[in-house]
Amino acid sequence: MVKPLPFEEPVIRLKEKIEELKNITDDAHVDMADEIRGLEERLQKLEADVYGNMTAWDRVQVARHPERPTTLDYIGYLFEDFIELHGDRAFGDDAAIVGGIASFGGTPVTVIGHQRGKDTKENIRRNFGMPHPEGYRKALRLMKQAEKFGRPIICFIDTKGAYPGKAAEERGQSEAIARNLVEMAGLRVPVISIVIGEGGSGGALGLGVANRIHMLENSTYSVISPEGAASILWKDAALAQQAAEAMKITAPDLKEMAIIDEVVPEVTGGAHRDAAGQAEAIREVIRSSMDSLCPMDADRIIEDRYRKFRDIGVYKEGKD
Amino acid sequence: MAIIREMFKKNKKRYMTIPSEASKDVPEGLMTKCPECKSIVLTKDLMKCDKVCPDCGHHYKMTAYERVDCLFDDETFIPMDEGMKTVNPLGFPSYEEKVNADAEKTGLNEAVLTGIGEIDGQRTAVAIMDSHFRMGSMGSVVGEKITRAIEKATDEEIPFVIFTASGGARMQEGVLSLMQMAKTSVALSRHADRGLLFISVMTHPTTGGVSASFASVGDINLAEPKALIGFAGRRVIEQTVREKLPEDFQTAEFLMEHGQLDAVVHRSEMKKTLSTLIRFHTKEAR
Repeated sequence: MVKPLPFEEPVIRLKEKIEELKNITDDAHVDMADEIRGLEERLQKLEADVYGNMTAWDRVQVARHPERPTTLDYIGYLFEDFIELHGDRAFGDDAAIVGGIASFGGTPVTVIGHQRGKDTKENIRRNFGMPHPEGYRKALRLMKQAEKFGRPIICFIDTKGAYPGKAAEERGQSEAIARNLVEMAGLRVPVISIVIGEGGSGGALGLGVANRIHMLENSTYSVISPEGAASILWKDAALAQQAAEAMKITAPDLKEMAIIDEVVPEVTGGAHRDAAGQAEAIREVIRSSMDSLCPMDADRIIEDRYRKFRDIGVYKEGKD
Repeated sequence: MAIIREMFKKNKKRYMTIPSEASKDVPEGLMTKCPECKSIVLTKDLMKCDKVCPDCGHHYKMTAYERVDCLFDDETFIPMDEGMKTVNPLGFPSYEEKVNADAEKTGLNEAVLTGIGEIDGQRTAVAIMDSHFRMGSMGSVVGEKITRAIEKATDEEIPFVIFTASGGARMQEGVLSLMQMAKTSVALSRHADRGLLFISVMTHPTTGGVSASFASVGDINLAEPKALIGFAGRRVIEQTVREKLPEDFQTAEFLMEHGQLDAVVHRSEMKKTLSTLIRFHTKEAR
């Protein structure tokens, strides 16, 4: 049983009650079909209400759910013959970013994504999905490889951010991310990025200079975590809930600001309730993006990506 | 009696002409005390040597206009997009007021001054960030101004030089600020495609999203001595790794040692260095 989040507790409680009643009916041969039907109708309404009116903070919690499907989960559902490729050829292999070649419905593609763990042991190995410079450099190496062989690139974004550590600074965390931004801008093959969990700042953007950017409904993309924003803006990390709202970090917010292309609907209750079902929704959006991008020649692909980012920003023109 | 008491007051201010610690990088008094070596110099002498302490070589923060004076041949600099204005896309309380107050204070419309000028007769597009304006943070206007300066350089086929000074992305514009990193990058990619020169000069401080985008990807990356340059803040790192960081951590010299910079250049040598580098990359020289 998946651990419920605070906002969905009423739904879970009602579900438990219905189960209980069903058990009683079975055991005691009492007919409570009417009561059960009534409760099930109520459950439907309640679910629509709870999951249809999620606040930004509710979505943050779903995005951070420990059992939320990760890059490797989706790779398993979406691609065939995935072969993982390792290392940046300069320093090491960062387990916080995975990448490789696979087949998407018969087409060879390069897949790259941030990789969290689902338990403590794996999280330690994968540094909680927070990459070091060698992770970004591995990603870039695989992207350049994809470009050489004309393969589309699919990136999954799922990180709290690039790792803020001593070694990361020494090896050039800034340069590794910055390099990816500029190099991705010039890639001659289609790039599709999908935010599947948390899209944390520059560490997310390092896999995000794409022709198409999609976000799962309950994922976030932001310049700073709600906690960080609250402590900088109001000197109080406890105000994270308000910050989540104010910073406009949810998929619907980014869609409204025209930063992303599609909001990928999530299965009721969030992707962790049905990873296979969620993967199908992602498959659709990858397929439609590939259909529109793959016929373009290299120059148009670069131009398309340029246009996408060139127009982002809100300001007022004025007389000099 | 009151006068006598006043004379013997213990905490009487002693040096009336010396600016307080808080205003140490804005020398406006008659005398300025160096925050590094504590030696006191006449402010007008300090301005003569490009705001570098004559005793210990400490590089004071400069305003964008002061840099223009140091860098370009007299009266060749023509600014761009000085009328562009910041709006409040996320509706943060008193955001526009804060921006307006800094505009008043600095005479800039935003945290970067862009334009075209001549360095020893060589036409160059430039963006100069100013940390006196909202910590030099990058929002939509900063991103747009830098992008337009890069595009101008691309159109005219001239070099682009940036002086960075920034705490990173502007919080109040949220993910729009983050996306300015990508916007400037797609413009830089086009500039690079034309075989044009981009020099990044990192000045104190260059951190966060600015360090993780254009600042770090010059064909040549320079920095001023002792400038703080890094991705994450020192306190954040100390909390994460739970160890004391070396004294010189994230200084220009530290980056140099770790292979992240081409050179640390003293301010008095900056114009000459840039001028020479630009000359090596002109069509005639190649």
